Amino acid sequence: MTAVVTETSVASARTTGRERLAGLAQRRGSVVVLALLVVVASFSFDRFLTVGNVQNIAIQSSFLAIVALGMTFVIISGGIDLSVGSVFALGGVLAAYGIQWGSLVGLLLPLVGCGAIGLLNGALVAYGRLAPFIVTLATLLGARGLLLAITDEGATTRLMPRDALLTEIGQGTFLGLGIPVWITLVLFAIGIVVLQCTGFGHSVLAVGGSREAATLMGLPVVRDTMLVYLVSGLTAGLAGALAAAYSASGVTIVGEGLELDAIAAVVIGGTLLTGGAGTVGGTLAGVLLLRVIQNVINQVGTLNSNYQSVVSGAFLAVVVAVQAYLSRASR
Amino acid sequence: MTAVAARPRVWLRDNGVYAAIVVLVGYNLVFTENFATVANLNTQLVQVAPILIVALGMALVIGTEGVDLSVGSVMAIAAAILPLYLGYGLLPAILLALVAGASCGLVNGTLVAVVGIQPIVATLALLVGGRGLALVFADGQLKDIRNPALLDLGAGKAVGVPYVVLIAILLTVLVFLLVRYTTFGRQLVAIGGNRSASALAGLPVRRVLMTTYVISGVLAAVAGVVATARLTASDPSSVGNLYELAAITAVVVGGTPLSGGRVRVLGTVAGALLMQLITATLIKHNLPDSAAQIVQAAIIVVAVYLQRSRTAR
Repeated sequence: MTAVVTETSVASARTTGRERLAGLAQRRGSVVVLALLVVVASFSFDRFLTVGNVQNIAIQSSFLAIVALGMTFVIISGGIDLSVGSVFALGGVLAAYGIQWGSLVGLLLPLVGCGAIGLLNGALVAYGRLAPFIVTLATLLGARGLLLAITDEGATTRLMPRDALLTEIGQGTFLGLGIPVWITLVLFAIGIVVLQCTGFGHSVLAVGGSREAATLMGLPVVRDTMLVYLVSGLTAGLAGALAAAYSASGVTIVGEGLELDAIAAVVIGGTLLTGGAGTVGGTLAGVLLLRVIQNVINQVGTLNSNYQSVVSGAFLAVVVAVQAYLSRASR
Repeated sequence: MTAVAARPRVWLRDNGVYAAIVVLVGYNLVFTENFATVANLNTQLVQVAPILIVALGMALVIGTEGVDLSVGSVMAIAAAILPLYLGYGLLPAILLALVAGASCGLVNGTLVAVVGIQPIVATLALLVGGRGLALVFADGQLKDIRNPALLDLGAGKAVGVPYVVLIAILLTVLVFLLVRYTTFGRQLVAIGGNRSASALAGLPVRRVLMTTYVISGVLAAVAGVVATARLTASDPSSVGNLYELAAITAVVVGGTPLSGGRVRVLGTVAGALLMQLITATLIKHNLPDSAAQIVQAAIIVVAVYLQRSRTAR
């Protein structure tokens, strides 16, 4: 009798250990893979770990990372935001448009405009109870239409004056890294704190886990759902504005397919698409992984650049397959 | 009381897309020059045909509570494969393109049904990777099509109706019969309505899901072949771009709920026609592309709002 009890408790302790390991691999796997890839790449390619290349990867990652930060909150809440690519482009165009009245307007106009689109998404999802997938698909079209409407059907590309403060923020460097990179790091630090240490963050996790349960617990489900989409609109708009400042022009054709990169980065970073679980730090690792893979393929040289998307797609499939296995194991 | 209040909304949900088409056609008959001509009709139908073919597969996938984002990239793969094997004749080339589409569907189906990944991410992987693969196959190049049989498929007509339109009609009838009258169709709808209940009832859930994604892949490949024939060139970098969005729009506007359990084939046809009609109307009245996109966005939201009573419960 006693022996049986002991055996069961040992067995359950063993499963707990295995479960814990699986859960850990799912949450931190992207960081481990990223570290491995960086080590292998720096031994294989002389030019990989040079200052110029690292700066390059950092600045290329920063804009996607800011978009993916907002997307992380949306996906953790159980939703999805397909509109970020269009909103990103709109943010850039609005920044280039607003800068004629000064850098402050150039920064605020995209935030207000893109924040409004985020609020619209949030209102339709939270109050209207419409499917996030289809709501943000509609705003993907709508934001792109709005962008075309204010740029003479995409024919006008506004340039941003090089001596404006906003352009200098986009192009400047601090301690060797571009200022957008520092902004990205600060935003991610804030994102980590908000998700893990604030009531809002815990509420978002709860809503993603079970909306019904969160409602029954008396959490402000509607408000927080709205806020999540507002944040996503704001981050996408800010990323667009910074990218426009970096290139000193409001290019109208950017951002197509950006939503897919952002979703891929979030998922690779260990956030479950079903909502309720995920980390902000993992998303940063996911973004860096995508960009490092891209960079490595460029370094190989003999590989056609078309292989980039093949590898990214295959990588995404493998990651989600492993995640599905791990989350089953850790349950 | 509630039933009476809900009735107009239910009617609008089920028939709104047809009503909108009637209104738009009526408006165009009165206000648009050269609208009711055979030439214009053929142009519009030929333009909508590839979207409709993709949307038919999408309607089946959405009926299982899934979604297939990879269709545009599958079109590109089919378009890239076609010119590689045209030397062996048109039929073998088309057959290989369709086999490629079926394999893509098999990959999606395996990820969704066997591995258990959410359809959005599973098919996102192929959306990202598929177009790269197509460009690798085609060496990143646009290839002109000179095969007379394939050119005839794109431009030819039978009894005044373009082949492309006939193919779309034939496939619509086939999918309609599949959903309405076959065991597979009933199983598909049951699985979309309640997957765990269907599994408990002993339905072959995995097999039906796999088959559904394979059908979607094959239909996307057909659309890729059709688009290539019409374009008289294989252009893997742009063919099928954003078709996944157009197809999902057609399906949703046509009244198929995203929550699965219901497939409206004729509604999907109407949805595709309505979106085409809106774009054509705006263009004929010299309204810019931006207006067309904003109007389409509004229509999607209205369509989903009308379906809300079904999904919210």
